[in-house]
Amino acid sequence: MSHIDGNALAGPLSELFSVDMTDAVGRCVTCGDESVLAQAMVYLSGTDLVVRCSNCDDVLLTIVHSPGDLRLTLTGLAALRVAI
Amino acid sequence: MSAVWKVGVVASTHAETPTGRSIQIDVPGWGGNLAGQHVDVRLTAPDGYQAVRSYSIASASPGDRLELAVDRLPDGEVSPYLVDDLLPGDELELRGPLGGWFVWRPEQTEPVQLIGGGSGIVPLMAMIRAHAASGSTARFRLLYSVRTAEDAFYSEELAALASAHFTIDWVYTRVAPAGWPSPAGRVNRQVLEASTIAAGESPSVFVCGPTGFVETVADALVALGHSAASVKTERFGGK
Repeated sequence: MSHIDGNALAGPLSELFSVDMTDAVGRCVTCGDESVLAQAMVYLSGTDLVVRCSNCDDVLLTIVHSPGDLRLTLTGLAALRVAI
Repeated sequence: MSAVWKVGVVASTHAETPTGRSIQIDVPGWGGNLAGQHVDVRLTAPDGYQAVRSYSIASASPGDRLELAVDRLPDGEVSPYLVDDLLPGDELELRGPLGGWFVWRPEQTEPVQLIGGGSGIVPLMAMIRAHAASGSTARFRLLYSVRTAEDAFYSEELAALASAHFTIDWVYTRVAPAGWPSPAGRVNRQVLEASTIAAGESPSVFVCGPTGFVETVADALVALGHSAASVKTERFGGK
């Protein structure tokens, strides 16, 4: 099974953000690329996700569920810009 | 768990291809969706293991019924259940409608080129249905790539919707129908150049299909002069 893309982030991130985040522009810490999250590469395991930069392949963010909580890491994102 | 999950009840299913079917689901409080949006489906195994997958919505009508169309992925965690086991009356946990990037709105007037591979037709079908239902006169052109004629989803409805404002180009990758003018083959730059709206007309382009298909097509479109921002993509994995 190959990766899918950041369109699939709409649901998981709707649990944390009040606006649609697939249209948000993220800046990669590693390479500086700025792309909408919909274009990122997403790897799935059960309900967990690893999201990688479509330009340099480094990890942008992860979402991991465990009983009773949801853990979001944003180590690879320097900034997120959303339309208001 | 989160309160955003809704429970839908399967109203009916319809075989579309040898490996795929459409599923009509009633979801109280759904209230319609934009063309191109998706829904997350969550399955829970008896041991508590959960899997969530995103499925594009084929419908774009108001009200509390939505339609999915799903192809069975051989190594899928969720799609084999949806294609082989789900029955009318069964309940499904759903979250949505989701996504505001890969969408078409009836107020858009620019030409639209749709490019689908296999079950990648699903969100494009919602756009085609919304285009027809709204009476839009925006030019719509669909390039639909399927392995063989019997692998096409919605072939009868697509034929019925063809009009002065909506035209279809078929690509057969494994077996072309008898008498088809061109041999079976994959979508490549030459096919795109011959059978899609040219970059000079500044179309909005929506590409959906298996990851490899989408990346090949998107790269070729940019090489043909489309701006990367005008090409929106949705990948569902697969080969």
